[in-house]
Amino acid sequence: MNAGVQPPRRPVGLLAELTHRCPLQCPYCSNPLELESRRVELDTVSWQRVFAEASAIGILHVHLSGGEPASRRDLVELVGHCAKLGLYTNLITSGIGLTRERVEALANAGLDHVQLSIQDAEPSSADHIAGYRGAFARKREVAGFVTQAGLPLTVNAVIHKANVSRAGAMVELAIALGARRVEVAHTQYYGWAAKNRSHLMPSREEATAAIAEVERLKGVHEGKIVIDHVAPDYHARFPKPCMSGWGRRTMNVTPSGKVLPCHAAEVIPGLEFWNVAEHSLEDIWNNSPAFNAFRGEAWMREPCRSCDRRSIDFGGCRCQAFMLTGDAREADPVCHLSPHHEKVVNVIAEVERTAEEPITYLYRTMPSALGAGQAG
Amino acid sequence: MTGAPARELSGADRPRLPRGVRLKHDEVRGEWLLLAPERVLKTDAIAVEILKRCDGEKTLDGIIDELASAYNADRSRIEADVRALLVGLVAKRLMDL
Repeated sequence: MNAGVQPPRRPVGLLAELTHRCPLQCPYCSNPLELESRRVELDTVSWQRVFAEASAIGILHVHLSGGEPASRRDLVELVGHCAKLGLYTNLITSGIGLTRERVEALANAGLDHVQLSIQDAEPSSADHIAGYRGAFARKREVAGFVTQAGLPLTVNAVIHKANVSRAGAMVELAIALGARRVEVAHTQYYGWAAKNRSHLMPSREEATAAIAEVERLKGVHEGKIVIDHVAPDYHARFPKPCMSGWGRRTMNVTPSGKVLPCHAAEVIPGLEFWNVAEHSLEDIWNNSPAFNAFRGEAWMREPCRSCDRRSIDFGGCRCQAFMLTGDAREADPVCHLSPHHEKVVNVIAEVERTAEEPITYLYRTMPSALGAGQAG
Repeated sequence: MTGAPARELSGADRPRLPRGVRLKHDEVRGEWLLLAPERVLKTDAIAVEILKRCDGEKTLDGIIDELASAYNADRSRIEADVRALLVGLVAKRLMDL
């Protein structure tokens, strides 16, 4: 599909989706709708081999994620294995499933860092978004376990319609929880978030106000907490440099061992994904057809092909280009230079039109429970 | 809008890389890197020598003295380099005092 691609540079990051099981049901989850069942999860030995291969090919950061990685009984063992390999470990967690003892065990096993999600600064709203009563209180508790164990804490706050007016309050909450860093990330529309888009996308006015408030807080809290801020690409002039470029820096391994250039890549038809059961990580990084599909620039169409920004934003997101235009080779239509930009304009107009309608989420649930997934 | 002015580094401070910020010699790339949350920071040779000494035991003055001696260099020049590196890392919560 993409002849003459230069051999890629070495990857830096590995997103290890240890499981798709999760006690929360966040409607903005970027996991695919087709969640992988527990039955197909890689076992401990397989993950250990993957981590060893990752270390050998130059991966530096391992993000232990999912679903909820704490749902895996072998989590401490896996962290210990990564630590012995010298891999930097980042636990991306809802906090549910982490007791004080378990957090201490993770610290003793060599865990480098914890990223804890919060759904809102207001407890009942937070629990409603997560679809889990008591989530907010539990997370508050777990933040304490993390900081008391001497582990650095990042709080992750995903922004959408239900909490957009409290973006600033979520930053303040992160500080109160003892975080050194907070990620304030406006929802991106993949997986469950794409399904729930009309209930997640705030108005341009709401988004603008939230962005301004968080930017203001960067100055206020400089030196106290690092604020990493991801603005919504739907309202930008240029697209985001998705994944820092397709197959350039990171790889995702799903619970069943499928290796993806990004978590949404399976929406693009015609891509051939390889599995760690059949190929080494090195082989996959270098030769997997899915990884090579959009490397380099030969795949680009105009306006990307001759655009001055092509090495800055790589034409934006392939998955989003596919989802909105039907063709993964098109410019990401959030770009104002895209001939399909009108589609994004229309989505925003529709959001404005339905702004007063009540929010009803399709909560994230495993396939067998889909019948019970809908709640108010 | 500006925040509170960054606290000036004192010669008696004992800088320390906090947990979650690691100086690593990357065998694959053959270089020293500073690994931090969601960050991989490149380091030059002098930065590596400074960071290796940020163990929470040595004082800032002690680190500067050591480097000035090891490199047979002008102390005020070394001090400027060390302060510049550390102030930046402290501001990003990547160095504790």
